[in-house]
Amino acid sequence: MGKQLLIGLCLLIATVTQAVAEEIVLGLSKDTVSINTSFDGSEILIFGAVKRESQIIYDPRLQVIITVAGPNEPFTVRRKEKRFGIWINTDAVDVDSAPTFYAVSTSTALGLSLSDTEDLRHKVSIPRAIRSVGAPDTVGDASSFTEALIRIKSASNQYQLNEGTISVDDQTLFRTSIQLPAALTEGDYKTRIFLTRGGDVVSMYETSLYVRKVGLERWLFRMSRENALLYGLMSLAIAIAAGWGASAAFRLIKS
Amino acid sequence: MQIYLPIAEVSVNAFLLLGLGGIVGVLSGMFGVGGGFLMTPLLFFIGIPPAVAVATEANQIVASSFSGVLAHLRRKTVDLRMGTVLLIGGLVGAALGVVVFNYLKAQGQVDLLVKLCYVVFLGIIGGLMFIESLNAIRKTKSGKPPARKKHNWIHGLPFKMRFRVSGLYISVIPPLLVGVSVGILAAIMGVGGGFIMVPAMIYLLGMPTKVVVGTSLFQIIFVTAFTTMLHATTNFTVDIVLAVLLLVGGVIGAQIGTRIGVKMKAEQLRILLAMMVLAVCGKLALDLLLQPAELYSIGATGGH
Repeated sequence: MGKQLLIGLCLLIATVTQAVAEEIVLGLSKDTVSINTSFDGSEILIFGAVKRESQIIYDPRLQVIITVAGPNEPFTVRRKEKRFGIWINTDAVDVDSAPTFYAVSTSTALGLSLSDTEDLRHKVSIPRAIRSVGAPDTVGDASSFTEALIRIKSASNQYQLNEGTISVDDQTLFRTSIQLPAALTEGDYKTRIFLTRGGDVVSMYETSLYVRKVGLERWLFRMSRENALLYGLMSLAIAIAAGWGASAAFRLIKS
Repeated sequence: MQIYLPIAEVSVNAFLLLGLGGIVGVLSGMFGVGGGFLMTPLLFFIGIPPAVAVATEANQIVASSFSGVLAHLRRKTVDLRMGTVLLIGGLVGAALGVVVFNYLKAQGQVDLLVKLCYVVFLGIIGGLMFIESLNAIRKTKSGKPPARKKHNWIHGLPFKMRFRVSGLYISVIPPLLVGVSVGILAAIMGVGGGFIMVPAMIYLLGMPTKVVVGTSLFQIIFVTAFTTMLHATTNFTVDIVLAVLLLVGGVIGAQIGTRIGVKMKAEQLRILLAMMVLAVCGKLALDLLLQPAELYSIGATGGH
């Protein structure tokens, strides 16, 4: 079984390398997003060109799909139900791993530019990017929980499906911009670019976008983890000093 | 002006936080409550993760209650002796409360229990205070002197102690018990417990309202400082930037609140506190009774 899988994998790699007649040359407006105190979301420009040795094929047309995925985290989705006249959390489903941020941009409708098989293989669409197994037996409709996760995350712009936002010129140059929300988690944001023809992926390029806290933000964050006791005492000292300061200031104003 | 909070990992409006801190600070100085029971739901509402909101709120309360206590100390309206007795009880209660909290967490539905606790306690305390202070206001209007200093079984208990500032000569057992029970509730509900402590001191211990506010603030400082340290070292959820924004508003508010409180009559102070407690209670009860717009919620994994 394992051996067969290995051979299959080798064959797959062989076909993929063969198929790369069109390569991606990529540019990012910035490869690091710095989170400082005044950080209020960020826009990244992703642009690139298709390098090819052969003639441009006009049918099927070249389509571009770009995904940006934040670090994965496990989540618990809970559902409320009315019991004894009040609304309480009853069922819960653990989502093993879901990206904290996920954006899919396409040059045309996702359903047209990517076949279901390729979506399954590369995990491009939002539902596929979420890994959820093992809902408890008591929960019949586990899929409604993943749907709820996507719905809530989409409402806060954490999950985005931007269909038709990539502009492609002469099947060679492409560009798009992705809006990162203000509530952004630190980490490496895996960025993938797919070239597809007739729903099949013909080329893929992967790079990382680094989202980092800088300056004061970084210093405080690290201190809170590495020097928790000191951090706690510092918080208290600030609180006491501020309390005393306000009191003294008000006495001065009065006298 | 947007500010990114390093621990909460969200971006919020700085002036909004200053304003919220200020309003809660005024209430804190006026009534001797920490304001956690008001501020924590407000922080949830503007999108701060609950764990960060609860922990940071504790830190902010340290600042506003310290500011308030200094103002009260100058007016000599803090009973340090009573405060210390309540505090000893409170810390014992808080330790017990954490054990109870963890036990309930293992059983599930701890969120619901906290909310029900809030509704029941806020409802009872608010309702009783409202009726009592309404009667007191009526009596003062009709000219009858208010009946005070009832002699009951509490005065028969041993270990009597003189509390000069409160004008009481009672056993230490009732204040210790009040401290313990408030401590337990405070740990379960994640607040300083001022809104339970204040009515308990007025009605159970018979302390004068003016002294109650300062004394309550005095013991809240220590309870919330303890909570802050606990959260900072175990959960890493104290957001110092958020705390600073809230407490700048809070300490100024507390000073103003103290001045307003001193000018008001005790009955008026009590009836306002009762109304505020009832309003929060009503809001929480509605949350439980009405169908929420979104039935699903996302949480970090662990602890169903």
